[in-house]
Amino acid sequence: MKVLVTVKRVPDPNATIRVKPDGTGIVTDNLKYVVNPFDEIAIEEALRIKEKGGGAEVVLVSIGAKSAAEQLRTGLAMGADRAILVVAEHDLDPLAVARVLRKLVEQEKPDIVLMGKQAIDDDANQTGQMLAALLDWPQATFASKKESLESEAEKNGLPGIQLGNGRATVVREVDGGLETLELPLPAVITVDLRLNVPRYASLPGIMKARKKELKEIPIAELGTDTTPRLRVLRSDPPPKRQAGRIVESVQELVQVLHNEAKVI
Amino acid sequence: MGNVLVFAEHHGGKLAKAALISVQAGKLLATRSGVECHAIVLGKGIEPLANELAEYGVAKVYAAEDGAFEHYTADAHAAALAQIVKEKGFETLLAASTAVGKDLLPRVAGLFEVGMASDVLHFNDDGTMTRPMYAGNVIATVSLDSNPRVISVRTTAFDAATKDASKGSVEKISVSLPATATRTKFVEFSETKSDRPSLTDARIVVSGGRALKSGENFKTILEPLCDVLGAAMGASRAAVDAGFVPNDLQVGQTGKVVAPELYIAVGISGAIQHLAGMKDSKIIVAINKDPEAPIFQVADYGLVADLFKAVPELTEEIRKLKAS
Ligand SMILES: Cc1cc2nc3c(=O)[nH]c(=O)nc-3n(C[C@H](O)[C@H](O)[C@H](O)COP(=O)(O)OP(=O)(O)OC[C@H]3O[C@@H](n4cnc5c(N)ncnc54)[C@H](O)[C@@H]3O)c2cc1C
Ligand SMILES: Nc1ncnc2c1ncn2[C@@H]1O[C@H](COP(=O)(O)O)[C@@H](O)[C@H]1O
Repeated sequence: MKVLVTVKRVPDPNATIRVKPDGTGIVTDNLKYVVNPFDEIAIEEALRIKEKGGGAEVVLVSIGAKSAAEQLRTGLAMGADRAILVVAEHDLDPLAVARVLRKLVEQEKPDIVLMGKQAIDDDANQTGQMLAALLDWPQATFASKKESLESEAEKNGLPGIQLGNGRATVVREVDGGLETLELPLPAVITVDLRLNVPRYASLPGIMKARKKELKEIPIAELGTDTTPRLRVLRSDPPPKRQAGRIVESVQELVQVLHNEAKVI
Repeated sequence: MGNVLVFAEHHGGKLAKAALISVQAGKLLATRSGVECHAIVLGKGIEPLANELAEYGVAKVYAAEDGAFEHYTADAHAAALAQIVKEKGFETLLAASTAVGKDLLPRVAGLFEVGMASDVLHFNDDGTMTRPMYAGNVIATVSLDSNPRVISVRTTAFDAATKDASKGSVEKISVSLPATATRTKFVEFSETKSDRPSLTDARIVVSGGRALKSGENFKTILEPLCDVLGAAMGASRAAVDAGFVPNDLQVGQTGKVVAPELYIAVGISGAIQHLAGMKDSKIIVAINKDPEAPIFQVADYGLVADLFKAVPELTEEIRKLKAS
């Protein structure tokens, strides 16, 4: 079993994002970057498949600036086996990323591509589904599990994605409940928040990661069209809400909601 | 220019509200480009739905019946949509960004190897669109250079279509699905049962956070308030992760986006990821014991109080008001 896990370098979700006054993007000075939180969950799931789900080689892939090596090292420190960085200094849209990933999948021939459901910078929620289509593979998006993150199964680090007989059984978070799908491998699976709680990299893990293979490939070498079809022309801050006021009591709250806001 | 095709989602034999919202967005876009808006329903026994949809001001509704559509799967639905878009020469495919829309549309875009715009808020006259990025910290103006143009719309940004005097035509079509269309097997759906209005349709939403401390407290403290208001219940990620309430109650950047007339946040700090899912609500009320909680910065009315005392009182006061 080989699992390819995609890792995107994104701004820390706890960082304050400010738009540049000229509308050309966000202010990146002193911005801290992390592994896209959903991708951390994908790495964790791959490691659980490796450790408790029948074994696997876990290969990480990132596409972006050289600085993304930092996020790949984090994933290697968590326990992944090796990493590939496709170096691209220009902006890529989800289609371009999916096209690059198709090339890598053709080379690496994984059984599963595990991805985040959404990158928290572009909030697109597209790349996994696009890749599945490009490969003509089945997909299961928003993978979750029935057990809660407080459950015994979670404490024991069991994988949520069940594998067997060349198939995957995936519980998905959908509108109105949880859906279970069964699909043949190879497949693309994207993960949601409740699939697992990712581990931290341990100190020995960090030491070991330094010696693991991290291969850089210039994007041009892959010979893929990566012209973005979706372009961000301008960035603006969202409209600001009017400041409200503090009410002194429950009675006053009910009174203003009834008489002033007229919503109850 | 080719026409706009709207994918109309349905559940349990009913058109979803999201379907009518996507129809409205499709009509807006079609009118702006001087083309027609058509819609498509995929499923089993869906002719009545197609007939109903034809009353909402779309020029034509395609009804595609097939056993493979009985349970939604991306494999079958994407293959069918791609075929119809191609055959009929549609230049835009649009749907709401619901769980189904999010799963389906990027796959169709992938089948065409074209780009896609997710969660569109607004169509500009010059053909560009706006969409949120970075948990709503950025409103981006984007261009989409592709044919077909695949677009999902945010349901809070458009009204639902209403019935129109002119009835569109209904055309039954069949699709020839590839063998791979049935490789993904639907196993089961475990539904979150609730008698309350659904989160994305409700006029009032009451959401609880980590401060509720247990699922039991959601039942005994928050539910009575929901009931007296006829409100839907929502939650923060922290409350869902802790297993207090089901996953699909999560409001936020990576959960549901809601914009009700009244949103009451109880024991929720107001992290940017939560705000991303509710800050377009008309009136926001926050109940939090910490006067510094960021939620107060977006609240129209804030009450600094212990929720375990304030919420039962609030429920009682509203009950009195309703009775008077
Ligand atoms: C990738 C990613 C995606 C995310 N997506 C989402 C999302 O979609 N939706 C979402 O909600 N979050 C999301 N989050 C999580 C988000 O960052 C916050 O962690 C989360 O919203 C916090 O939930 P909370 O407000 O319930 O808990 P806390 O931040 O712990 O806040 C609890 C609040 O309750 C108050 N309180 C405590 N006791 C009482 C009491 N007795 N009475 C009154 N008030 C009390 C406290 O003052 C505090 O303000 C995401 C995070 C990441 C990294
Ligand atoms: N540049 C990238 N490098 C590696 N993985 C990526 C990249 N962009 C997107 N992905 C993957 O695709 C997922 C969905 O991203 P998106 O479609 O942009 O929301 C992310 O969680 C990543 O796993």
